[in-house]
Amino acid sequence: MTYPARIWRERHSRYRLVGVRCKKCGAIYYPPRPVCEKCKSRELEEVELPRRGKIISYTILHNPPVGYRDQAPLVFALVELENGVRVFAPLTDVDPHSVEIGMDVEAVLRRINRKEEYGVIPYALKFRPLIR
Amino acid sequence: MRKVYVVGVGYTKIGRLYHRSLKDLFAEAAWKAIEDAGNNMPQALVVGNETSSSLQDQDNLGAYLADYAGLGRIPAFKVEAACGSGGAAFYTAYALVASGLADIVMAAGVEKLSDARSSGTTSALAKAAEADYEAFYGASFTSINALIMHYYMHKYNIDYEYLAEWPVAMHEYASKNPYAHLRFKVTKEKVLSSRIIAYPLRLLDASPISDGAAAVILASEDVARKITDTPIRVAGVGMSTDHIYVAAREKLDTLVATIKAGEQAFKMAKMEPKDMDVLELHDAFSILGLISLEDLGFAEKGKAAKLFSNGAFHLGDKPTVNPSGGLKARGHPVGATGIYQIMEIAMQLRGDFPGVRVSNAEKGLAQSIGGAGTTITITILSR
Ligand SMILES: [Zn+2]
Repeated sequence: MTYPARIWRERHSRYRLVGVRCKKCGAIYYPPRPVCEKCKSRELEEVELPRRGKIISYTILHNPPVGYRDQAPLVFALVELENGVRVFAPLTDVDPHSVEIGMDVEAVLRRINRKEEYGVIPYALKFRPLIR
Repeated sequence: MRKVYVVGVGYTKIGRLYHRSLKDLFAEAAWKAIEDAGNNMPQALVVGNETSSSLQDQDNLGAYLADYAGLGRIPAFKVEAACGSGGAAFYTAYALVASGLADIVMAAGVEKLSDARSSGTTSALAKAAEADYEAFYGASFTSINALIMHYYMHKYNIDYEYLAEWPVAMHEYASKNPYAHLRFKVTKEKVLSSRIIAYPLRLLDASPISDGAAAVILASEDVARKITDTPIRVAGVGMSTDHIYVAAREKLDTLVATIKAGEQAFKMAKMEPKDMDVLELHDAFSILGLISLEDLGFAEKGKAAKLFSNGAFHLGDKPTVNPSGGLKARGHPVGATGIYQIMEIAMQLRGDFPGVRVSNAEKGLAQSIGGAGTTITITILSR
């Protein structure tokens, strides 16, 4: 459900790739969480993650869910960012058959779906091949 | 804790059962189990189900089902852990008997998926993923498993041809299982040429969308002895959760929750993997069956596909994996699947499984997975 308040609550993580860093041990998490998994500290601070990384796995979904079908086939990737944190994200601006594991990618803001529930147009980061 | 025994089992045929309702399926399985347990009524009901809320507009499932099936005003509630709901329901029912809170309890699972069009069912099943950071992006459950599959194949340099052996074996078993959903054989060529749904995952790697219900009756030792001459002991149970956001996992080629739950169950049972005669693993996609064989200690990491294609884990080998046909071909009525698996192990040990039997099986293991390895229950049964 694209509830307006729910979209608004996640805006920093989805628009700017904000995660959290543990003040005690330095571990970094995405999406943000209130407790460090490693040392159980509850003192974590927001941190913007690097917007570049490489693909460590991907899939090409040929029949996406309702609201995403205009984007078919939809490519999803596990991206390892430059600091080692991994994120799940769709790819954009790419021929699905040219995608490879190990490919360098960068984050760009894109529309996510056309569900248009509650009048909200959801945006978030997708990744595209790195333009050097 | 008290010893707990399986003293009765019941089930419906699995399939797209357009003439059957959620409650009707449950009632059939429940009463078959009660009859199998010598018409002894359960003192409580724990029911595993994933989608009654989203696809059948029904919450309050414990009361709804206990009432409809005429089980009386017993304690009854639903346990939900996505497609691992059945294993989690059994775990809960086990605790009720082991603790002494009840002497005889029904652990059931029921799922009704086929009423919705497949896009609706797919959306309902995607709720097992992280809503804000996975499903939000349009990820289906299949696509998240495909990411794990692709990572695994790339890391261990496994050709798809090796993975294609799994569906062939599962369909062969299911063709002899009278209640299975997909009772037809497939050739390796057919698997290799089936449609790609989420690269590199093909249609014949995936379990079908199924309706079905299963129930087992659990009892304490003294009650079990009065009911049956062939009680099956619940030797060990284990359960673990993991990061729901798959990208947050340190390892992507293993399901850590399988390892943790397996360690607990083997320790409780005072058994080792080599003691197992028969397994029922949660192969919602072929890759999950293979990864699970490795995570449970039956194969080295990256080796299961080649071992399987060379004949290991087939009928005649110890352990035999998924003689029911697995989720792949027996079918996957999601919240009921974990109960079907435990019931199948119990019937293999009793010697009355209606399909392919593992001869003289004494010990067996069932694995129930919720989400992409997020909630995993392991149950070990012994004769
Ligand atoms: Zn820390």
